[in-house]
Amino acid sequence: MVKRLKIAALICLLVVGFFSSAFAAKKTDLTMYYPVAVGGPIPKIINSMVADFEKENPDIRIHAIYAGDYTDAKIKALAALKSGEPPQLAVLLSVNLYDLIEQNAIIPISNIAKSKKDRKWLNSFFPVLMENATVFGKVWSVPFQRSTILMYYNKNAFRKAGLDPGNPPQTWSELVAEGKKLTTKNQWGLMIPSSGYPYWLFQALAKENGEVLMSKDGKKTFFDKNGVIEALQFWYDLSHRYKIMPKGIIDWGTLRQNFLDGKTAIMLTSSGNLTPVRKNAKFDFGVAMLPAKKMRGTPTGGGNFYIFRKTSKKQREAALKFIKFMTSPEMSAVWSVKTGYIGTSEKAYQTKELRDYIKKFPYAKIAKNQLKYATAELSTYQGARIVRDLNNAIQAALIGKKTSKKALSDAQSESERILKPYR
Amino acid sequence: MKRLYGWIFVLPAFILLSVFTFYPIIATLIDSFYSDKTIFRPRVFLGFENYHHLLHDPVFITTLLNNFLFALGTVPASIILALIMALLVSQRTPAKGLIRLTYFTPTILPMIAVANIWLFFYTPQIGLFNKIIGLLGYTGINWLGNPSTALPSLMILTIWKEAGFFMIFYLAALQSLPKELYEAAGIEGTSNWSCFWKITFPLLMPTTFFITINALIEAFRFVDPIFVLTKGGPDNATNLLLYYIYETAFSFLNHSYAATLTVVLVLILVVLSIIQFGVIEKRIHYQ
Repeated sequence: MVKRLKIAALICLLVVGFFSSAFAAKKTDLTMYYPVAVGGPIPKIINSMVADFEKENPDIRIHAIYAGDYTDAKIKALAALKSGEPPQLAVLLSVNLYDLIEQNAIIPISNIAKSKKDRKWLNSFFPVLMENATVFGKVWSVPFQRSTILMYYNKNAFRKAGLDPGNPPQTWSELVAEGKKLTTKNQWGLMIPSSGYPYWLFQALAKENGEVLMSKDGKKTFFDKNGVIEALQFWYDLSHRYKIMPKGIIDWGTLRQNFLDGKTAIMLTSSGNLTPVRKNAKFDFGVAMLPAKKMRGTPTGGGNFYIFRKTSKKQREAALKFIKFMTSPEMSAVWSVKTGYIGTSEKAYQTKELRDYIKKFPYAKIAKNQLKYATAELSTYQGARIVRDLNNAIQAALIGKKTSKKALSDAQSESERILKPYR
Repeated sequence: MKRLYGWIFVLPAFILLSVFTFYPIIATLIDSFYSDKTIFRPRVFLGFENYHHLLHDPVFITTLLNNFLFALGTVPASIILALIMALLVSQRTPAKGLIRLTYFTPTILPMIAVANIWLFFYTPQIGLFNKIIGLLGYTGINWLGNPSTALPSLMILTIWKEAGFFMIFYLAALQSLPKELYEAAGIEGTSNWSCFWKITFPLLMPTTFFITINALIEAFRFVDPIFVLTKGGPDNATNLLLYYIYETAFSFLNHSYAATLTVVLVLILVVLSIIQFGVIEKRIHYQ
């Protein structure tokens, strides 16, 4: 009898085990790669957002994997693709789009998000943020951690130099004039970083001078136009002619520390630095839009969500659900408050979270206000190659190895050679 | 039967070498003659087109030149430093163990960690080196942001990192030198200086050559700190061959050209190895 009971118990156990494992298998597993480009507790924030999502959706499990900076994350995602086990979704630079398409890595989001409601959702983001996501009439990615370039300035330094801390420079000429007053023995007037992502900062200067750097279809660049050359010349002149910025290459990674240590009165850098600066600045600082030459201007920047091609239908739907959650106005607001990235839709700025935050910290709104002057980030076929050549050209000009004109015409002829097969 | 045993013993090494060395080399060689397949274009046979492009690729020529400069700047300096350090700590000095440990510490640290530390040594305005220069009343140098100082900055880091490692080889060699020679020299009243040049230095020759070749190979395999410190900039001033291969393959996604560059690197390393195993082992007199 006891033996029989034991057997019955065993069978019960097996049956329960079978069903529970079958039930567990029903859970959709998704792996997501994400990068961290600016300092701060990004992984912690991501994990808590993921936990919120899993609470609402117990049938989906998200494995969020920190994959290094933007370049690393892209390389890891593509290496995983080559090995046959790509992640199901990833946050990668919005400008990785052409590379990802060419490697046949991703599927258009608009192929999955087809219902009327979905369309409305895709149209809810700021249009300029969608520019780097739309090719061949399809939407391939969804804006998430997006930024623009902002001007951060040290108000104490402004006061010391006899300048009005409530009125930062609005134009290039004011920037130069005030920069000269701000430059002292221990402090530079201005720093624009030129390592890492110089093309991005350069896009701002070019746009301010009325120029964009590439055609909308990603098949042509305009590096050697006069307005573009003038923009690079101005950057060079900031350190060599006006002497308000250190000569040579200014490191992207240590720039924020330089600003926090009072080594520069003004810095231009990503709006993603807003929260770290707010938390660490021991002085009164201000944030403003970039100064204008012919107009205001900045490129957008940052990362979007992508869904990989090698996914089941179920995984695609789960991934879409997750992306919708992460980019919803409420989450976008939380994300923006905690990191300093831009809220990605008008609705995000109507949430209580962001409204309260902006009341307390009005500078959080500048990046959003600047969006109306923004242009898409440099994105072309063979994007990494083209960007690398432009970066080299900018650096060659800044260190005085080539004239601005020579550097940019060299980069342009190289880009002509690379892009020709795509036309 | 004996032959079978032989094969069985060789098998594990043979399998590992085939999978991780021979196959990749051959696959790379083949890839270098084909273009990459993307959704826009099929894979086609290119012949020697990639190799032809090498000769006209200014970045490749720059990286190759940088590599030779880098070898020239790091190899002799780290060897001389290693020898001096070995001579210092092989004698009876107080706290010998502590000094040896100090010299060896850079070798134990992971390269990426080292690079991150040195980033804050080199960084302008707030970096250690410029703070020191500032105390002396001079304006600082933008070490990594200036094409004329960027590569030397990487060299200094490398010398600091490698000298301690080479010191170990010299230390081992110094222990094994025959004492009789020094005793005889002592009786003759030879000065320390000529003792070194007439006895120690010649007897250390095999070690020196061994270290030289290894240092040369290391110079061509140098890559980690570039990721942290310069990313090959400014304007390719610190771009070395291996970093260029990495960028071409994984950032530009041009695997076919990366394969071509890799073939060049492998050739360089093969030549160095042949020198090490062939010429030197025959010429150098081992006692």
